[in-house]
Amino acid sequence: MDTQTSLHHANRKVMNRHDLTRRLVARLHREEAVIGGIGNTNFDLWMTGQRPQNFYMLGSMGLACPIALGVALAQPGRGVVALEGDGSLLMQLNCLATIGAIAPANLLVIVMDNACYQITGAQPTATAARADLVAIAQGAGIANSHWAADEAGFEQLVERCLAQPGPHLIAARIDSQPATGTTERDPALIRQRFMRGIAVTT
Amino acid sequence: MHEPPPSWSLEVHAVLQRAGIRQAFYVPDAGLSQLIELLHADPAVATTVLTTEQEGVAMAAGAWLGGQRSVLLMQSSGVGNCVNMFSLLASCRFPLLAMVTMRGEWAEFNPWQVAMGMATPAVLAAMGITVLRVDAAAEAAPTVEAAAAAAFDCDQAVAVLLSQRMLGRKQWVTQ
Repeated sequence: MDTQTSLHHANRKVMNRHDLTRRLVARLHREEAVIGGIGNTNFDLWMTGQRPQNFYMLGSMGLACPIALGVALAQPGRGVVALEGDGSLLMQLNCLATIGAIAPANLLVIVMDNACYQITGAQPTATAARADLVAIAQGAGIANSHWAADEAGFEQLVERCLAQPGPHLIAARIDSQPATGTTERDPALIRQRFMRGIAVTT
Repeated sequence: MHEPPPSWSLEVHAVLQRAGIRQAFYVPDAGLSQLIELLHADPAVATTVLTTEQEGVAMAAGAWLGGQRSVLLMQSSGVGNCVNMFSLLASCRFPLLAMVTMRGEWAEFNPWQVAMGMATPAVLAAMGITVLRVDAAAEAAPTVEAAAAAAFDCDQAVAVLLSQRMLGRKQWVTQ
């Protein structure tokens, strides 16, 4: 696996969001919660099958990490995954510093980096130029931050991060394909399903 | 040298304990500093210092998703940072209990604080948040208690505004 942050983005292996999301979900054996960020990220999560432990964001760009942090603090015995795109994470890079400071052992951040705002016409993000999200996360205090070199490396990283105390961050360079479908648009229902899925009754 | 906490901070902390608050998030303000110290010292509460107020709106949603009640503390200048993120509360019907210390009103000395201070109640109301204002220290605890009930028993987003008059004249540096 590639833990070097010196490798330029253009030289990393290009993977596919839906394929990687399927590989992630296949490794969630302990009802881990997944907070899917706005847009293609949660659309592809939806298309991997609607786990009751998935929360799908239809707005509030950039906030998957702090939502996941709130869940992780509330349920320290449950693994929590924040699934974000590069555009969303760039909007709230500050949340990485908060995660670095709080250091929740049960939180894993996964970034699908296609270096563009795919859904609005593939305009390039800052990662298309020089920003390196793994280097930023390490600088923010998330020492266990890695680029996935390829699909097998992604799977190994996911398994390791779910088994060992975090916080962790995994970034993967992906292609600019759109998601394979779209999430149903009923935010209150999405919230209720997720809360039942992680055994919360109000 | 620390002065003894003003009684409203102690009373509000007791209200938050009774309401079952388990997470607290804040961008600091001098007027909230004693309540923040009480929350940090409370073993029942996980207290997080935020980088921006909108992060706290998301954490409050996450806490509720995970089965916990929370409180978000900020200064009125931070309300503007949250506006887009307040859409999360209305869309998913999340509760919110926020406490906002006011700037830009009673004996304000910094002109840059005035615009956001004046806009704060209207901005909150525009995003569907119930606004309760406290002008006297004795009203702080009962108002927060009512706000917590509306938030957690009635799924409402509620902000309690602590007026600058109640908090006292703002100075750059606190002792």
